[in-house]
Amino acid sequence: MVPITTLHYLIVAAGLFVLGVVGVLTRRNVVIVLMSIELILNAVNLNLVAFSRLWGLHGQVFAIFVITDAAAEAAVGLGILIAFFRNKETVNVDEVDLLKW
Amino acid sequence: MPGTISQYFTGTDYLLGLPIILLTLFALGILLIDLMLPPEWKWANAVTAFVGVLFASAGVWRIQVAYAQRGPSFTGQTAFAQSMVVDRFAIYFFYLFLGGTAIAILMSVRYLEIEHEHHGEFYALMLFSVVGMMCMAAGLDVVLIFIGLELMAISTYVLVGFLRTDRRSNEAALKYLLLGAFSSGIFAYGLSIFYGLSGSTNLHGISVYLRRQMAMTGGDADPIIVIALLTTATGLLFKIAAIPFHQWLPDAYEGAPTSITGFMSVAVKAAAWAMLLRILVYGLYPLRSVYVPLVIFVSIATMTGANLAALTQTNLKRLLAYSSIAHVGYMLLGLIAFGSGQMPASADGIKGILIYLLVYTFMNLGAFAVVTSLRQREVIGDEIDDIAGLFFRAPTEAILMLIFLLSLAGIPPLAGFYGKYFIFLSLIESGHYILASLAVLYAVFGLYYYMRIANAMLMRPAAEKEPLPVSLGMKVALGLTAFATVYIGIFPERFIGLVNWSLGLNPTSPVAMLMR
Repeated sequence: MVPITTLHYLIVAAGLFVLGVVGVLTRRNVVIVLMSIELILNAVNLNLVAFSRLWGLHGQVFAIFVITDAAAEAAVGLGILIAFFRNKETVNVDEVDLLKW
Repeated sequence: MPGTISQYFTGTDYLLGLPIILLTLFALGILLIDLMLPPEWKWANAVTAFVGVLFASAGVWRIQVAYAQRGPSFTGQTAFAQSMVVDRFAIYFFYLFLGGTAIAILMSVRYLEIEHEHHGEFYALMLFSVVGMMCMAAGLDVVLIFIGLELMAISTYVLVGFLRTDRRSNEAALKYLLLGAFSSGIFAYGLSIFYGLSGSTNLHGISVYLRRQMAMTGGDADPIIVIALLTTATGLLFKIAAIPFHQWLPDAYEGAPTSITGFMSVAVKAAAWAMLLRILVYGLYPLRSVYVPLVIFVSIATMTGANLAALTQTNLKRLLAYSSIAHVGYMLLGLIAFGSGQMPASADGIKGILIYLLVYTFMNLGAFAVVTSLRQREVIGDEIDDIAGLFFRAPTEAILMLIFLLSLAGIPPLAGFYGKYFIFLSLIESGHYILASLAVLYAVFGLYYYMRIANAMLMRPAAEKEPLPVSLGMKVALGLTAFATVYIGIFPERFIGLVNWSLGLNPTSPVAMLMR
């Protein structure tokens, strides 16, 4: 049985981060893109909490702020998405095509 | 360890936090008063917001007076358990944000009435975003910087999408939100690694750790430090919209209400620059040998891409958006000049960036004010065709627009010249001759697309004959920005002195205070 060290948490967090970035870059549905952004922020939280095992509470306090921020961002994001959906019945990013070049 | 409240909220905290507290209270007040106002009285919200900006400026002035009493060498102090530092650099940016916001409020009133979206939330969100900007400019702790950034960004997402029935506005807000939130996530990831490495969320702690680490390895950074630097820098470059992280900006600028486009192009951009300078020049200063090559690449890409893309634009807001990306490219050159100088680095590059941001605030806001006034009941007014023949409909406005455009292009007797002059000078001083000549070349290139607007304005016949109505607020905004553009151009000494003051520069200490 290998003891779980800080490094293990960091690897999981890095995996989540990459997953989030790939999700943002490749998915079509805006809701899934928003979820991928949440994944990135959760990777940040995991990093911060894992590091706070070494350094004390600062990281956990930062993590609470990041959680709050993620909630605010999701709320505003879904609000804007609803306003968009009312005018144009789609939630796909590749159909957001009025503004270009 | 029980403590009294005065231990956590001292007199210093109150003095230094007062501008932020005042702005928050005024913004909350607007939200409450708005509920009681009948629709035809909505302009009162703008007055409240304007008064709030004046009160906040008075608060900043109080800080400045308190510092002046403690002697000319006193540059600033920290508050709220070292998480915030209000030094002269921060005070300079406070004034810049408040000035830009005041002018943007003047531009907004009639525009929102025409759009039938005159709500109090508009002004409240503007003030909230200024609170966020102040936290970014004065942040010493990365937690405060991140929260300030998000407060500013989330308020701006909503402002960009404020025209709910306009599809372009919806789209702009959606794109801005997705890319903005994405870049904030990457930025926070970088910060979390810096925290993990150094054990401190304070920029000072991070800088001490990095200096020790770089001295130990003899100037080579560990891969993990490089990853942290790359993610943090990506977030920062996203926020100032340097190519290749610029795609959100033209869309957000085109779709946003025009007065908000002006606000974003000066105040939001200045805040992103304040944050970038605070982090790269203060916190990550030991890593400059790693990030300067990156910045060189980004600035060349930014100048090239933005100037080429601006050539073919037919939409005024989009053209000015690409021009604002090009200006970011020029400002990045100042960072290169600073970062690659000898130790102790001369602060000329940073000085150039600060002067650039000051003159840019007035000339760009002025140009957007003219575009805002083109919006009439039946005319959207953001195409180049809409500005055609402006000289015959509104000669004063056309002349002012010509001044702003010439200033943006960097023609000598106007303010824009001094922004470019100091940046290019610092490049030559630090030995970047090739970059300097490239930048001058692009600056000449930029003249072409500014003159396309001028050509349409002065040479082409007007589609409509009746004179353009201009509201009182807009007249004041245009007057202020035009006066500042010309005045700074003719008497630059006072403003150069102001920037020297804000960086703590004098003949005996030519090193920026940020680095100490």
